[in-house]
Amino acid sequence: MKEIVIISGKGGTGKTSIIAAFASLAENKVLCDADVDAADLHLIMNPEIKESYDFESGHTAIINQDKCTECGLCRDLCKWDAISEGFVVDSIECEGCGVCYYFCPEKAIEFPLNTCGEWYLSETRFGPMAHARLGIAEENSGKLVSLIRQEGKKLAEERHLDLLLTDGPPGIGCPVIASLGGATAVLIVTEPTVSGRHDMERVAELAAFFKIPAKLCVNKFDLNPSEGEAIEAFAKEKNISVIGRVPFDPSFTKAMVQGKTIVEFDGRSEGCRAVKNIWKNLVQGIEV
Amino acid sequence: MIISVASGKGGTGKTTVATNMAVSLESDVQILDCDVEEPNAHLFIRPAFEEVKTITTPVPAVDMEKCNLCGKCGEICQFKAIVVIAETVLPFHELCHSCGGCMEVCPEKAITETGRELGVIEKGHRNGLEFVHGKLRIGEAMSPPLIRKVREYTRPDILTIIDAPPGTSCPVIASMKDADFVLLVTEPTPFGLHDLELAVEAVKILGIPHGLVINRSDMGDDKVMAYAEQEDLPILMEIPFDRRIAEAYSRGEMIVEVMPEWKDRFSELYHRIEKIVE
Repeated sequence: MKEIVIISGKGGTGKTSIIAAFASLAENKVLCDADVDAADLHLIMNPEIKESYDFESGHTAIINQDKCTECGLCRDLCKWDAISEGFVVDSIECEGCGVCYYFCPEKAIEFPLNTCGEWYLSETRFGPMAHARLGIAEENSGKLVSLIRQEGKKLAEERHLDLLLTDGPPGIGCPVIASLGGATAVLIVTEPTVSGRHDMERVAELAAFFKIPAKLCVNKFDLNPSEGEAIEAFAKEKNISVIGRVPFDPSFTKAMVQGKTIVEFDGRSEGCRAVKNIWKNLVQGIEV
Repeated sequence: MIISVASGKGGTGKTTVATNMAVSLESDVQILDCDVEEPNAHLFIRPAFEEVKTITTPVPAVDMEKCNLCGKCGEICQFKAIVVIAETVLPFHELCHSCGGCMEVCPEKAITETGRELGVIEKGHRNGLEFVHGKLRIGEAMSPPLIRKVREYTRPDILTIIDAPPGTSCPVIASMKDADFVLLVTEPTPFGLHDLELAVEAVKILGIPHGLVINRSDMGDDKVMAYAEQEDLPILMEIPFDRRIAEAYSRGEMIVEVMPEWKDRFSELYHRIEKIVE
């Protein structure tokens, strides 16, 4: 089975609009939304949820006031200053390290498992989809990303599908690292701006660090063609194959407003033609 | 006062709003770019950097001469960052959250601190504007500890503008916590609205006053406006789509550099925030 993960470094470069278009074009695939922290792919895919599960991960300390003698040891040991003078744990600050729970001489601290999100297996008009929702202000996004990719792979195996199309998160931190491991290739979607370039360079370095082959496309290319060309030149130097340019096309926003992929919205639009070309190059490159 | 500029969805214009507002004010301002995974504010502010500091987090080093293989370190660690296998102890530094539990629990005092590099913090100036950002090391998974280090540069005597990362999880919380105001930058599209709703929930959990800037306000639909009205969220500024703005941004130029008339609007934005906070 092959997996293509779409990442960008910088947010808002068009990852989700482009993967939605791929969903219209690809056959025999499972869709996977690994941007669990601000998932948007479902807004276009309109999935019908078939199975829903709690995501349990990490622990939070809770002090039992009846048993607490206010000795202060927990406050001394806590590296996150998560315990107030009144011996109440701030659940947002609590890292879940369990040090207070372990050392409390009165055994006054409980340390329950957190439910910090939900994940779903769904059907869409383009095939099966695995997706999730991390709770607000929750941690462990990397673990949820790993889980949702695993579930996507299981779905693909069960249905004898040979491709996983994964929408990745922005940035280069924990959820992005979790979305890269074992991928066949990453497609970096960037934009021809100084920010797009700066962030693309960092995420390309991350892909190289984990030895994942990278491909690149520049969205809204005509916004600044010379910056776009500089980005492509940088990519070539780093052995990243440049597989296409997408023009600035308001059809992407219009399609999104209607909950459609650009292929469904207007197959003759410039944006759609460009994405089709990128898809063709991408598929050839990884031999799906 | 601390204003944190956040968004939920990426690419809505956080950096644009944070930088333009910072340079439009007469008073003393500092910018803390807390989007340490992908910091961009320096590309627009172009500060002269005068200080670089490597930031590390403490992780365990085991002295096998002293270790008696009791296994307590592995038992206390919630993150599987230290494991006793056969005749040795393996610390996995990349997994360590620096809680200090293993060092505390070791009966033989065999565990001492060494460091894992989180990234660097760079500090500089542009005219009177103070600039600080963090840059996460490539391959480092945990950004909140570096964000907290950037926030230690907060100067209580002047206005602090924080450029926050996208999303709604721990790095965003670390960038919004203890702010006096959170300015949420959004765009009027289904993705913008969906992620804005999540960001508003996050700000509400922290109990911080907040308001909206709607960027590219004439593209997309009117659902963000309807949501703002329904939730009673003040819309503090609207920036219409203008190709000149987009092109200037692509070159690393701020709106106020190409269209100086925007300076008054950004300064007005700040005064509106000031009124709400008071």
